[in-house]
Amino acid sequence: MISRNIDTGLSNLNQKLLTMAGHVEQGVECATDAWRFRNMVKIQEVYAIERRVNQCHMEVDAACVQLLALQQPMAADLRFIVSCIKINNDLERMVDLAVNIANNTEFYLQNPQAIHVDDLSQMSDEVRVMVREVLDAFVKADERLARRVLSRDDRVDAYKRKIVSDCLGEMKRDPSNIEQGMNLIFIAKNLERIGDHATNIAEDVIFSASGQDVRHSESLRKPPSEAE
Amino acid sequence: MNSAMLQNYLNEGYAKRQWLDRFMRALLLVASVIALLPLFSVLLYLFKNGLPGIQLSFFTSLPKPVGEVGGGMANALVGTCTLVSIGTLVGVPWGIATGVFLSEYGRSRFASVVRFCTDMLSSVPSIVIGLFVYALVVVPMGGFSAIAGGIALGLLMIPTVARSSEEMLRLVPTHIREAGLALGLPRWKVILRIVLRGCVSSISTGVILAVARVAGETAPLLFTALNNQHWSEGLDQPIASLPVQIYTYAISPFNEWNTQAWAGALVLVFLVFVVNILTRAFFVSDGVGRE
Amino acid sequence: MNEPATPPILQVKNLNAWFGESHAVKDVSVSIPPNAVTAVIGPSGCGKSTFIRCLNRLHEEVPSAGASGEVILSGMNIYGDGVDPVGIRRKIGMVFQKPNPFPALSVFDNVVVGLKLAGIRRRSVLTDVVERSLKQAALWEEVKEKLHAPGTSLSGGQQQRLCIARALAVDPPVLLMDEPTSALDPIATAKIEELILDLKKQVTIVIVTHNMQQAARISDRTAFFLMGELVEFGETSSVFTVPKEERTERYITGKFG
Repeated sequence: MISRNIDTGLSNLNQKLLTMAGHVEQGVECATDAWRFRNMVKIQEVYAIERRVNQCHMEVDAACVQLLALQQPMAADLRFIVSCIKINNDLERMVDLAVNIANNTEFYLQNPQAIHVDDLSQMSDEVRVMVREVLDAFVKADERLARRVLSRDDRVDAYKRKIVSDCLGEMKRDPSNIEQGMNLIFIAKNLERIGDHATNIAEDVIFSASGQDVRHSESLRKPPSEAE
Repeated sequence: MNSAMLQNYLNEGYAKRQWLDRFMRALLLVASVIALLPLFSVLLYLFKNGLPGIQLSFFTSLPKPVGEVGGGMANALVGTCTLVSIGTLVGVPWGIATGVFLSEYGRSRFASVVRFCTDMLSSVPSIVIGLFVYALVVVPMGGFSAIAGGIALGLLMIPTVARSSEEMLRLVPTHIREAGLALGLPRWKVILRIVLRGCVSSISTGVILAVARVAGETAPLLFTALNNQHWSEGLDQPIASLPVQIYTYAISPFNEWNTQAWAGALVLVFLVFVVNILTRAFFVSDGVGRE
Repeated sequence: MNEPATPPILQVKNLNAWFGESHAVKDVSVSIPPNAVTAVIGPSGCGKSTFIRCLNRLHEEVPSAGASGEVILSGMNIYGDGVDPVGIRRKIGMVFQKPNPFPALSVFDNVVVGLKLAGIRRRSVLTDVVERSLKQAALWEEVKEKLHAPGTSLSGGQQQRLCIARALAVDPPVLLMDEPTSALDPIATAKIEELILDLKKQVTIVIVTHNMQQAARISDRTAFFLMGELVEFGETSSVFTVPKEERTERYITGKFG
């Protein structure tokens, strides 16, 4: 096996994307912690993280374009780079959504009125696990783990529906809850969107690892345990 | 015309073309055999007439006067070797030098003149070369000599060696020379130590074929080396050689001498053959520059 | 990206080259950075080979060829008055399109022929140089058992690496390569490319290639030639992603002609 020039480029790209993913994970955690622990400092942290991620976003794109232009990647290399481009976009969107959550939380915390929604904590836990697992799957190119992430998305969606209907109930019951209710619905909505991007990444990890395109196909996205 | 019709048409003519092909091949074969016939008849005739004269004494003893039994051509055999050696010493360095000049610096007007002269030299009748050497060497030296004979043979070798070396050097691709130059070597070193060295074996082929050719020359030796019925006493003395001895014996009226002449001819032809075949076997197979 | 701070090792100023009446290289000026691979690309007949053959004054060895301009190697104009091209070529080595080990010379002699003919005879020196050069050319392991076999007995890719070793034996700071892989199969090509990337730590490499992808893979700088003109010269990454010139864009996207 001869060592290839492209390998250096690929491992640099991988490294860059991992750094970025680490930031994103941290961003999502800060945003959810800010809401859960009513912590304004965490909100500022999310904004700082976003700036770092934006920088990474451009660097990863540039690295991918260079590799595509200069190294003529094929097969596994090509799938990897194409997946990186997509994952890069998803990661950038995820941190944007974390910023949205930070915004919503900022408004939410400025208003002393409180609505009690249990499920939001559980939902944010679930999304954080999804983010952590999908990045893990990406690092290890672990197809199995990526498939598990896909199955978590359904639970996240269920939480969101539950939270929205709960909030609507509160808002109907007492119109003074409308502002806070809307804030919570936005937070849930943004969390759900983060989960969707994690799902996209999981699909890209599966594609990069196996070459199988599992998007838009219910039968293929089943986790291995169920498929067996 | 559609494809089926074309196929049909092609099939129709096929038998006829095949027959024509066979006929032409047979014709070529017959022509080649006819061309080879003289060679084989000469060989056959030589064997028939020459073989009786071949005995051990032919190779070991001097010629005997008419009437005496035995006698041989030992001195002529040695003489031919001597003359050819001198010829090689004269002709080969000169010829190779000319070949190198023609192939490496051969684009000037002067070079084309040289090339033309070389070609002319190769078509000069050998007896004229003999006369030339007579005037140039024999007369000033005051007598016939092995040196004069060798020079005459050497002159005859120059055009063959020069043109064959030129051809062989030309077969060495330009990028070999450029690679040498690119190493920071002066051109003369590149030519001498890399290009020439690379085609030593193919140039040797040319040299040996030239040697084989002049070994049978008679005319240039008549005015230069003359002949000698005894061992030569020095390079400045007349010397015997197979072709001249054959010539002398063949035109003599004596039967014994005629037989010896046949035997000498057979030995000469055999020597030339052996040299030719050995050269081909050893050198041609690993030719340089053929890709 | 910014120009590197290191001064160029080769500076070409207003270089022109001719074959008889035809003007093969037209007023080319370019600075070649040290310890980097500079690729020269362009369609056939664009003057790219002629250009690098001017850099070691090999161009003038062709009958009717001529050149003018300056090529400054570490401060010295190799086209200056009284400069001996023979000395220049020891500093600027060259590898050719076809692998061309010298016929009738062993692997060993092929490597050290330049030194031997320059008068170096010490066996220990020659042995050291052979080992160093062959290792540099990533050929040592494959031929160390048959150093005395004819150079021409090696495979095509090995022969080309032997030629690289031969060029490296005289320790030139600059190595010119004229389409060094165009006669080789993909595996041998990959090996040579890897070798080039390795070698650039020690020598400056200028490589002509008709294979754009190869230029993209291995070079730091790319020069694009068209009809004897230098159209564009810059960082390979920018030449291949955002070329400044329309003509470069057309050539590298294959829309040419």
